[in-house]
Amino acid sequence: MANLNDHKGRPIVAVTGIGVVTSLGVGKTDNWAALTSGKSGIHPITRFPIDQLNTRISGMVDFLPSSSQGASPLTYELAELAGLEAVAEAGLDSSDFGGPLFLASPPVELDWAERFSLYNSGKDKDDTAAEKLLRVARSLKELDIFETTQFGSIADRLAERLGTRGLPITLSTACASGATAIQLGVEAIRRGECERALSIGADGSATAEALIRFSLLSALSTHNDIPEKASKPFSKDRDGFVLAEGSGALVLESLEAALSRGATILGILGGCGEKADDFHRTRSKPDASPAIAAVRTALADAGLREDEIDYVNAHGTSTPENDKMEHLALSTVFGERIGSMPVSSNKSMIGHTLSAAGAVEAAFSLMTMRESVIPPTINYDNPDPAIVLDVVPNKKRNAEVRTVLSNSFGFGGQNTCLVMAREPV
Amino acid sequence: MSSPRDVIITGIGLVSSLGEGPDAHWQKLAQPGLEPVLETARFSPYTIHPLPEIDWNLQIAKRGDQRQMETWQRLGTYAAGLALDDAGIKGNDELCTTMDMVVAAGGGERDEAVDAAILAASESRNDRDVLLNEKLTTELRPTLFLAQLSNLLAGNISIVHKVTGSSRTFMGEEGAGVAAVETAAARIRSGQSTHILVGGAFQTEHSDMLLGYELAGYLHRGPWKPVWQRQGGEGGGVVTGSGGAFLVLEQREHAISRGRKIYAELGPVVSGRSRRQRGELDMAIAALLKQAVLPNGKLLALSGASGAHAATSAEKAALDANPAISARGFSTLTGHMKEAQFPFAVALAALAVHRRAAYPVFDAAAEKPFEGVPATVLATAVGYHQFEGMALVNTA
Repeated sequence: MANLNDHKGRPIVAVTGIGVVTSLGVGKTDNWAALTSGKSGIHPITRFPIDQLNTRISGMVDFLPSSSQGASPLTYELAELAGLEAVAEAGLDSSDFGGPLFLASPPVELDWAERFSLYNSGKDKDDTAAEKLLRVARSLKELDIFETTQFGSIADRLAERLGTRGLPITLSTACASGATAIQLGVEAIRRGECERALSIGADGSATAEALIRFSLLSALSTHNDIPEKASKPFSKDRDGFVLAEGSGALVLESLEAALSRGATILGILGGCGEKADDFHRTRSKPDASPAIAAVRTALADAGLREDEIDYVNAHGTSTPENDKMEHLALSTVFGERIGSMPVSSNKSMIGHTLSAAGAVEAAFSLMTMRESVIPPTINYDNPDPAIVLDVVPNKKRNAEVRTVLSNSFGFGGQNTCLVMAREPV
Repeated sequence: MSSPRDVIITGIGLVSSLGEGPDAHWQKLAQPGLEPVLETARFSPYTIHPLPEIDWNLQIAKRGDQRQMETWQRLGTYAAGLALDDAGIKGNDELCTTMDMVVAAGGGERDEAVDAAILAASESRNDRDVLLNEKLTTELRPTLFLAQLSNLLAGNISIVHKVTGSSRTFMGEEGAGVAAVETAAARIRSGQSTHILVGGAFQTEHSDMLLGYELAGYLHRGPWKPVWQRQGGEGGGVVTGSGGAFLVLEQREHAISRGRKIYAELGPVVSGRSRRQRGELDMAIAALLKQAVLPNGKLLALSGASGAHAATSAEKAALDANPAISARGFSTLTGHMKEAQFPFAVALAALAVHRRAAYPVFDAAAEKPFEGVPATVLATAVGYHQFEGMALVNTA
């Protein structure tokens, strides 16, 4: 009989379903095949004109029915697809999931397409722009536009579609959101509030305005000429992240509940750690102390020592700042061993899926352990001499991986780390 | 029976049109017949409850920090600072660096002038996507993006007040406030946290913040009325207000060990998502009331009712159906504060418990007096569109 409680006496949390969508495709099979063959999903932007833009590439998901319908519809579709895949793999009823929903998704805003259309249907010449929008708004007969502006509406629709229980939680911890959604699910199960939880990170918000905002903060790569080469984490010539879309979903379940219904255990969510940074709105504390604390808290939560981590699924955004800080954090925690530990960044292939990243990368971390294959960091042609890491350069590697640390660091000082294991420890 | 892991309220930070701080709010709200502070001209035909005069320097010492924020984030950071001060945590490094945080947030303010210029230009151009690129790349202020980001209210609280244990932002109107308080309480009860900052802010004095309601026709128009008396009036019944509410929740043992003033104990927090189109709201509210396990005897209720016609009449019917309940619809005096609505309700409930006195009626036509000492007070937030929650606040 397996031990059903962890080192702190809490229920062990198992993963019984995984779903993922990225620019590489829909579903685990296609994504894993592409990821392990070092294929990039980064491509020229076609969703909107690129006039005046310094960055003209992205990892947008352009192949779904709602890809051109705006951020809210696409985020919903991404979340639904990943959620359905995860719930189906778990062997649960896809319309009656029976546990809470934690959704990481981007903040919503009225889309420009709607803003233009409302404004230009205003008839009153004396109105200011704001008055025009309000006057037209209150005469609308349908709720479609309204719902795209409500922060709780995507989760509400998902809750309805998937039959989750209770008030669904929508959260944002910027680029750590996906990891936070998983953490909230883990905590709910550990507290005994539920036997299972559905954690989803989804982001379909790569609009022109989003791209421009990140551009104005000098966060994006401008290596437009060969799109698939633009995201190059840990390389000397890295120059920013590549804006991307995607979704990841995990069905989390107490090990006891999972075993008792005969579910396949895909992995264990062993530990979560977080630490907020008070240094700056977009930059990390130079000594990386919050990231270090987040990693150490996650290890302690999982009851693992530093030398018990086999692989790091890095945040690895390909910005000059993040990769340097992350290296400092990892080398501080893992010491000399970091030079020989595999540390790779999925973002080299899929770009930065923002609110979804933590969930997408947790999904890939679990698959890494199950398949005994580490996806590479591609575009590693020009190593940064200041960052000495085994980034699994350019080609996948076959390796037994029992444990993974997955990092997520975001604007606003958000740092969240997850520790996953193949088997209960 | 008290337990060392009870959830205790040790700090309250409030801002609304009525003023700032728990004492100012108590003193105002304890006055029978208090008149609301209204702004009827600026956003006509909508009435709002505006922010009071605030000296941001009192809680956000660095001008540089103030400049990085717009009013919404400043307001939340300010209200959070008031709560930390009130709990004796502000400036205490050890307590701040181990303090967890759950913020209920919407989004920040867009640049209305840039948006208006783009819209005006769109009248004469069909290549609107190109227009957007032209204008946004040249006219957006880079830092404004950060002032709009939902999680940057929490980020600013970390930067300004050094609260860095953990930081989570929940989104989703009133439900975000409910879930934030519920999750924070669950963390304390389970021993995951010893002290947590939880709350939110809403800055309604921006046309986009009104648009967020009005795209479904939720706003009340025409002459102002108390929250319970807007059925059948022009518009959808919601009158908004700017404000913020933050609470310091603490494990009883932790609060006692540092000898803090205790406002009240936070009892059960319950929440739900009823399928309103299927007519489930009435039953859902009744179920939540049952789940909260109301005490015997008469009960004061601080209702966060928004005025939205369907939700407010369902809540009123449910509260009226229990003759023991005396409800106070505080939106009459503060306006609806969206994400901050539920934390505000809990804060007002805690004040009544702490002061051992009920609030007078906020609307003599629709509310009934409460005599005696309220040992337990109910706080509610039934979302104007979706999600519902309640909590019981008890004498500590």
